[in-house]
This record gives sequence, C-alpha cells and structure tokens, in this order.
Amino acid sequence: MAHPAPAVEALDLVKDYDGRRALDGVTLTVAHGETLGIVGPNGAGKTTTVEILEGYRRADGGSARVLGLDPQREGRALRPRMGVMLQEGGLYPGIRPLEALRLFASYYRDARDPEELLEVVGLGDSRSTTVRRLSGGERQRLSLALALVGNPEVLFLDEPTAGMDPRGRAAAWELVRGCQREGTAVVLTTHAMDEAEALADRVGVMDAGRVVAIGTPGELRSAQPRADTQFSARPGLATQDLARALGLDASAIRETRAGEYEIDAAPTADLVADLTAWLRDRDVVLGDLRAGTSSLEEVYLRLTRERSAADDPPAP
Amino acid sequence: MTFRAVSAQARMEILLTLRRGESVLATLGIPVGVLVFFSVVDAVDTGFEQPVDFLVPGVLALAVIATGMVSLGIATAFERRYAVLKRLGSTPLSRSGLVIAKTSGVLVVEVLQAAVIVGVAATLGWDVTGRLVGAAGVLLLGTVTFAGLGLLMAGTLKAELTLALTNLLYVAFVLVGGVAVPLARLPDWLETVAKVTPAAQLTEATRATLLGGAVPAWAIGGLVAWAVAAPVLAAAAFRWEE
Repeated sequence: MAHPAPAVEALDLVKDYDGRRALDGVTLTVAHGETLGIVGPNGAGKTTTVEILEGYRRADGGSARVLGLDPQREGRALRPRMGVMLQEGGLYPGIRPLEALRLFASYYRDARDPEELLEVVGLGDSRSTTVRRLSGGERQRLSLALALVGNPEVLFLDEPTAGMDPRGRAAAWELVRGCQREGTAVVLTTHAMDEAEALADRVGVMDAGRVVAIGTPGELRSAQPRADTQFSARPGLATQDLARALGLDASAIRETRAGEYEIDAAPTADLVADLTAWLRDRDVVLGDLRAGTSSLEEVYLRLTRERSAADDPPAP
Repeated sequence: MTFRAVSAQARMEILLTLRRGESVLATLGIPVGVLVFFSVVDAVDTGFEQPVDFLVPGVLALAVIATGMVSLGIATAFERRYAVLKRLGSTPLSRSGLVIAKTSGVLVVEVLQAAVIVGVAATLGWDVTGRLVGAAGVLLLGTVTFAGLGLLMAGTLKAELTLALTNLLYVAFVLVGGVAVPLARLPDWLETVAKVTPAAQLTEATRATLLGGAVPAWAIGGLVAWAVAAPVLAAAAFRWEE
C-alpha cells in the first residue's frame, strides 16, 4: 500500500517555556513502518517533541502532522489510531492490570485481546495485584501494553524501558518488534544506546532543543570514523617493539585484555603487511583482525560533548 | 463504540471508588454514623419529637457532599497527580465521555448511600414522608454543586491540598451546615455565614421538601446559583496536568 505522506512529520518545531527555548527548530520525519529513536541528554527536548506530536502541547512555531492529521486540531480523528506511553504515571493506583487492559480495550474499535496481551508482557501472574503494589518495571510493562492494546498505526514511547530489569526489557523489545512487523510507525526516546541500535531504523540525536544528527546507526557511526585497528594473538607480545616496527609511538599499541591488542592507526595495507610480517618473524598466529569502529554511544558522547563545549563561555 | 467506552469507564469509576476504604468511610460511614449517633444520643435540641425526622434530610445532603466533593474531588486530584487524566487525554475516550462516566459513578454511589441511609433511618423510626421527587431534584442540584466544587479543587490545587481542604470543609459542613445542629441554634453571625454556604442551602431545601413545608427562597436561590457557578468555574479553571 502506497502512502503519500510520512506517518510522522515535524517541521521546524519551536517551543518556549517561560522565555526559555526548549525546542529550536526540530525537523524530523518517520515513514510508515519505520522506527525512529530519539536520544539526547536530559533537557534536550525529546519529551517536548514527542508531546507536541501526541497533541499534549502546542508548538509556538513550525508544524506537526501525525498520520496526515494535526494533533492539536484533529486529535479526535488521530487518537483512535495512536498509542502512547508516557515517561511516567498514567495508571490508576487502585486498578489491576487486566482491568486496566480491558478498560482501555473498550476505547478502541479493533482492540487486542487483553488476556493475551497480559501474558505477552509477563503480567499474567499479577492479575489480582493493584498497580500500587506492582514494581516500577511491572508498571512500565503495563503502560506499554496499554499503549499497544488499540492496535495503533503510530506508537509513541517515551523512555519505555527505564527501570526495567533485563528480562522485562527483552520482553518490551519483543513487543515493539512485533508492532514493527505489523507496519506500525514507532517514535521512541531512550537513554540506552543499545536500545536505539536494537530497535530503531534511524536515530536522531537531540541536544539543546535541536536535532544535531540523524541517520541510521551505521550512518551515524561512519560519519564519526575512528582510526584504529584491533587484533588478537597470543598474550604477552612485545607491543613497544611492534610499535617501532610499524613506525608508531611506543604507546600506540596496547594489550587491552590478555591476547587482545589495539593499535592507534588505521588498518592500511602497509600497516597490515608490516603487522603480519612482524608476527611471522616471531611465529605468532594471528587470531582475528578488525578495523575499529565507533560505537553509537561514542558517537553520541562526541556529538553532545562538542555542543556543550561550544556553548561554554570562552575561558578568560 | 462510544457507549461501550463510557459505560466501561463508569463501571471502573464505581469499582475504584468502592475499593478505596477511606472513600467508603467518608461517603457511607460518616453520614450513617452521624445519623445513628444524633438519633440515639440526645445531644442537640432539634425541636423535633423524633430527632431522626430532623436528621434524615441533613444526612442525605451530607452523603451528597461526601460523594460529590470529598470522594470525587480527592480521586480526581490524585488521577491528575498520577497523570491518569493526561494518559486518558490521548485515548479515544473524550473529555465529555469521562465527565459522563464520573457523573454516572457519583449518581450510582449516591443511590447506594440513599438506600443504606433510608434503611437505617427506618429502623430508627423514620417514616418516608414529604415530596420525594422534589427532594430528589434538590439533591441533584446539590450533586452538581458539590461535584463542581470537588473538581474545581482537584483541577487547580495540589493533590494533598485538595485532600486536606475537602476534608476540612466536610467537617465544617457537618457542624454548621444544618446537618445535626439546626441553623437557628447557631450564633446569629455564624448563621448568616452558614446560609451562604451550599451545604446549609442544600440541607434546608432537602429538609423543607421532605417535611412538606415551603422551601426558603435563600436556600433554593442560593443553591441554584452555586449549581451554575461551581461547574462553570471548574470547567474554566481545570488544568489536566498538575
């Protein structure tokens, strides 16, 4: 099915809170069936962006469209097709998980089966426990289930796995992947880079009310190349001697763990030839050889650090 | 579709209300306690041969105050605190649907309260007399008034402040709202103040209809004014997020 418009479209969003600029021209789009991860430090504007798209807040400038609708003026048409998980709260303290799921299911025309969803989020054993007695992670899982119960076409998740244990997190990821398989567009904010990497087709890095980088995890990593080479061999090699043979500083090669080595230089053909020659002369078997790449976490830290450094006033 | 959502919401509102112990205490325990205590203990000269005849209208009014203002106000304040109202705002359940569900919940609880109060009163020797339809109409006006006041506090104040203030007003209304103590027995200045409160207006109007007497103009006039002002103010001032 061809869709003329993206599922989510934010154009140049601006938002001020009491004279402080919270969003300073945020533009992003999410295609149908695509997942966009939004990462960034606290106060970067992630939640404000998501809440404008959900219709909770009115932007002071720019425009927002979700499923082709204006979340402010056409919320009535949008809400049956949208799933929302707030960063915190949203649950009646005295309600039980199955009651909450049945209640929310009654709001939607084509809802998922509450009993089944309860099992999928691993709350089948907590059906007679009220929300006030659930753990933080269990409440998060219930909130996620409530966001999904209406079979949404677009799903907004604001830090969905914060406070979840690893098993809960795995279950949450599996639920989100299930939505992705059914073609749901997903916008999720997170502080966990592995989560962004695992779930998102594209990742937007926000800082100080702006999108400072956006792309697939691979694109973001390769835009921040890191020149190093890693190899493994038997432990205890003379790294200073090897560095000299490769024409590098003595400190340019380190044994990071027993038998794991890191070279502060790009894996050029010359470097690889010299390395293997040096190993052959000493009768050492090469385990494996890798070009180093930045992790998404490193890219994120570099992008947000550069900006905060640029924002700092110059030293006197 | 919408009906299904609103009726499910109304059922849940009632269930959650009955599940809150403090709410049942405020809505049922205290009115019934006041009724029984002042019926069997000759604490106040009501000018009635049987104190229960004086007490029943006031206690019915008190039940309306408890459900409309105390229970609804506190529950809604904490729903706002815990972002329940915010979360509902992004579901297809409309604001009017939520208000209808909450109103239905209040009315169902009030019918339960009335049944218990009338049952207890009957064992204390009370005969159902007077204009029942008129009394029901007056109590409905009271419901609109006190639900409006409860929601006005819930939608503008911090949850703890709503909790404290609704309980303070509740106690004050038991004492000077003409529930257990006739307004005529209050000092003149306090009686004047009391007659401006919707509590005294509601108890007097309910009492007059149930006893078959004329409803004083200050009572019904004041109550109608409150019944218009309170929900209008609540709707205008209500903030969905704390």
